[in-house]
Amino acid sequence: MNILKQAKAVGIAATLAVLAGCAGQVNEQAAPAEPTKPATSEQKASASKLESAADKAAREARQAAFESAEQLRKNAMAADTLFFFGFDRSDLGQDALDDLDAHAKYLAANRAAKVRLEGHADERGTRAYNLALGERRANSVTRYLVIQGVNRSQIETVSYGEERPLSLSRDDNGWSRNRRVELIYQ
Amino acid sequence: MRLLICLILASMVAIPTRAELVIEITRGIENPIKIAVVPFRIKSSGAFDVDVARLIESNLERSGQFARVRRDNMLSLPGPDDQIFYRDWRAIDSEYTVVGSIERDSQGLLVRYGLHDIFGERVLFAERIPGSQESLRDIGHYISDRIYEALTGVKGIFSTRLLYVSAERRSEKDQTFKLILSDADGGSPRTIFQSSEPILSPAWSPDGSRVAYMSFRGKRPGIYVQTFASGEVQKVSDFPGLNSAPSFSPDGRKLALTLSRDGNPEIYVANLRTGELARMTNHFAIDTEASWSPDGRSILFTSSRGGKPQLYLMHVADKVVKRVTFDGDYNSNGTFTPDGESIVFVHRTNDRFHIARMNLKTREIRILTETDLDESPSVAPNGTMVIYATSDEGRGLLGLVSMDGRVRVRLPSVSESVREPAWSPYFN
Repeated sequence: MNILKQAKAVGIAATLAVLAGCAGQVNEQAAPAEPTKPATSEQKASASKLESAADKAAREARQAAFESAEQLRKNAMAADTLFFFGFDRSDLGQDALDDLDAHAKYLAANRAAKVRLEGHADERGTRAYNLALGERRANSVTRYLVIQGVNRSQIETVSYGEERPLSLSRDDNGWSRNRRVELIYQ
Repeated sequence: MRLLICLILASMVAIPTRAELVIEITRGIENPIKIAVVPFRIKSSGAFDVDVARLIESNLERSGQFARVRRDNMLSLPGPDDQIFYRDWRAIDSEYTVVGSIERDSQGLLVRYGLHDIFGERVLFAERIPGSQESLRDIGHYISDRIYEALTGVKGIFSTRLLYVSAERRSEKDQTFKLILSDADGGSPRTIFQSSEPILSPAWSPDGSRVAYMSFRGKRPGIYVQTFASGEVQKVSDFPGLNSAPSFSPDGRKLALTLSRDGNPEIYVANLRTGELARMTNHFAIDTEASWSPDGRSILFTSSRGGKPQLYLMHVADKVVKRVTFDGDYNSNGTFTPDGESIVFVHRTNDRFHIARMNLKTREIRILTETDLDESPSVAPNGTMVIYATSDEGRGLLGLVSMDGRVRVRLPSVSESVREPAWSPYFN
């Protein structure tokens, strides 16, 4: 259990590192949306005189939708992208679900968004078997996302088996980091 | 006095030096045959880059059944035309002595050698082999095969070849994988396919002319068959999902492989001529690592259908499956011995992965290796040795073990991490 916690902690650290890189990207991409953001109160007041109640409701709904879409996007980008598994196991841990939910909500709301799920195994056991195991892990994540409303066509899976370890430590800690699925936005 | 003569003689014979694989025999049999391979006399000017005598003694020693008589113990270094003083060879415990020469002629090279029985005081056989500078290693392997078969009664495997994968890692996503073809002793390695994505499961065609393997073209894995002579590559499959673990049928017409195109890893058989695919397994568990029996009637494979990976045997005609392994909670990647009587596979015991052999009749299991993370066993075509992948401090290397586990040899690689060895069939 300790090991899993450690692995999780390392995973979060890795994700934070990824996020540090992502943060700039998010801001940049959000920039063109600026003009549609709430105007100054003065402008708002004069504008409200001209628009009908229906227009106002529609505008606010668009605004809410935008904000919620943006929020979903932010949640997804903040969520963990590494999901870990037990030895010879392909069932998702409870602690993965919150993060996967964030990805699922964003993907379900953005049909154009696509992810690649890369399944991996640790070095123990035979290579071809581990290739199959990596695929099963990627499929577990796929199934969960699809149940949460993601379209199967938004997901691409590939298994690298034990060929691309994250950690080269040949101990429980290293192995637990390598038994993973990496979720990568395309 | 004798030592002095020996030293003088040694200095007179031009012995080409060359870096060679260090063979480390971690364990051998109790009474190996003692053989002296006298440096081949060079009968023309100029040196050769292959020390044929060294190559022969290394080959024989690597089988575990021979022990070399050291060159510096030899009292004389006779050539094929010289008289052999049997008493001198008995004095240094040589049971057999090989003498030879290399000379240039108008055709290229002529290698002559003879094998002497020291206790019987006679020449067992002698041969003249024409060749070239480029074929000197092949000639050395051929002579090794002749000597091995004459003295053990078993066909030699020194002229066979190996395929294996090397991996050079700079980071998780920056690696170079190479599929390498080499002589059975690791010599003359040449890259036949290279990729930044993983290469797995090289498998020889039964005639030794082609190799099937898994590799990525783009971001997607597929099974490809490459012909050595032409370099031509045939795509067998690149379905969505897994395309892995190919194995040629003994007649070379079909390829068993693992596909998950129907959602789950299953064994299929592809007809290489028509491209037709037959699904062989149908189970929600993992089914993979198919390997044909020598008679082509059965396929051995790994399945997790019992909860843990175990080996199962399928009768190809009716697809009836029987579980084969029951000892331990991890048995996988099985392959048959050439006589079809035993299987060799990866077996986990005390949390370590070893190569094991099981006799299919008696069900007796013998663990052959004692290193860790041993995998990918491949049996020599004469059934005497298994080559497998193991690791040392995180670096992959290849090991050889005799079928009874008594002889163990490590084949250290030159630089990169190596894995996935596959032993060729005979070429003659």
